[in-house]
Amino acid sequence: MNRIIKIILLDILKNKIVLAYTLILAALSWSSFALEDNSAKGLLTILNVILFTVPLVSILFSTIYLYNSSEFIELLLSQPIKRRKIWTSLFLGLSLSMVLAFGIGAGIPLLVNAPDSVGLMMIAIGCLISVIFVALAFLSSILTRDKAKGIGIAIMTWLFFALLFDGIVLFLLFQLADYPIENAMVGITALSPIDLARIQILMHLDVSAMMGYTGAIFKDFFGTSIGLIVSFLLLCLWVIVPFFISLKKFNQKDL
Amino acid sequence: MIDIQNITKKFGKLAVLQDINLSFQKGQCIALIGPNGCGKTTLIKAILGMVLPDSGSITVNGKSILGEYLYRNNIGYMPQIGRYPDNMTIGQIIEMIKKVRNSTADLDEELIRAFELDKMFDKQMRTLSGGTTQKVSAVLAFLFNPEVLILDEPTAGLDPLASEILKEKIIREKEKGKLILITSHLLSELDDLITEIIFMQEGKVHFHQKIEDLKASTQEDKISKAIAKILKNNRHEPHY
Repeated sequence: MNRIIKIILLDILKNKIVLAYTLILAALSWSSFALEDNSAKGLLTILNVILFTVPLVSILFSTIYLYNSSEFIELLLSQPIKRRKIWTSLFLGLSLSMVLAFGIGAGIPLLVNAPDSVGLMMIAIGCLISVIFVALAFLSSILTRDKAKGIGIAIMTWLFFALLFDGIVLFLLFQLADYPIENAMVGITALSPIDLARIQILMHLDVSAMMGYTGAIFKDFFGTSIGLIVSFLLLCLWVIVPFFISLKKFNQKDL
Repeated sequence: MIDIQNITKKFGKLAVLQDINLSFQKGQCIALIGPNGCGKTTLIKAILGMVLPDSGSITVNGKSILGEYLYRNNIGYMPQIGRYPDNMTIGQIIEMIKKVRNSTADLDEELIRAFELDKMFDKQMRTLSGGTTQKVSAVLAFLFNPEVLILDEPTAGLDPLASEILKEKIIREKEKGKLILITSHLLSELDDLITEIIFMQEGKVHFHQKIEDLKASTQEDKISKAIAKILKNNRHEPHY
């Protein structure tokens, strides 16, 4: 397995897009810490960057990379290699390079400017979000043979989780304001990895006080260590489930 | 060596392979012929595990290939249209496949020299002509001295010199007792190569005969003429 991961990793790291992505993340992170006088404000700025750009780049780059390596996959398939191994290697290679780009671009400024639990939490969540959206990219690229369709699905997925989901939640919140839906809200956030990540970090930034009664409910759940573990497990599920569905489909695909 | 039993495959509603039963032994050189879209390449890809048949079984050396991958150590495959990562050079592709296989067997680099590919090792795959890409495919198929060679339209796109080199190479490998499976439309090229012929039509095996039997029964000494005669005779048969 190592040999194939190495080949893929080297190929991705040679790609200039990954380099540009790292530099952009670094520029955004360093400047948001430089602009704000206290690190908590800087963290909030970076949070929005992480929750917006990291998923977009992860899912788009991975989807396009997968479509472009169809020749490579075909070539490897005629060699004595397990299908499962090819797909897993691609996943590990892409995840590793996305995590590496995030680690260098945003991880270093975070460690320098906010070397506390919140900073570490942010790095961990950023890495998880990167891997989650790589997994979603695998799912969207296995669903269709058509490259344009596949990239379309990837963009829609990102759009849904980054923008639409919040809109739907907000709409529900206002429509059902007369009912006690606070506990249900906690459950609904589990349906979007981005919201899960956002709430997890907000809880640690002590700005949940601004979120009113719902914020208090969130604090009750996500603020505890059980809530922390559960939300991390949920984020891990967001990696495992899409990837395993795609692996299953890849094992049965005709090439 | 390779046994194919009751293979069927459908792409959507289109039945590409219908109940195929074939058996190939060592030392044979088999030509797989038939009109375009009759399922030749699909059959080959099924043997390689790239296409998964809907039903039936394929065994290599007595073992089912379903979910297996190590049997591909013994197979060299030359695809009809070789597709390679664009930004890699010829040398990198060959190096990569060597690394991936991690084989300790003697490498057969004869074709690299014969095709003079060593002079173009740093050329990128996207800059190559169709014929040169075919040469790379051929090199990769023969590189690991496999017991089984599966060649899908090997000489299509090659210049006369290169296709002669490849043909001689195939004959030499055949004499070593390897199993060789060729698909081709150029019947005249097959004359001095093959020992058996399989004619496929609309996803079915039309006939599977030894060359001597075929020539004897049609009283022709050229394969192309023998095939033409059979097809002509078939046309007079009533269709049910």
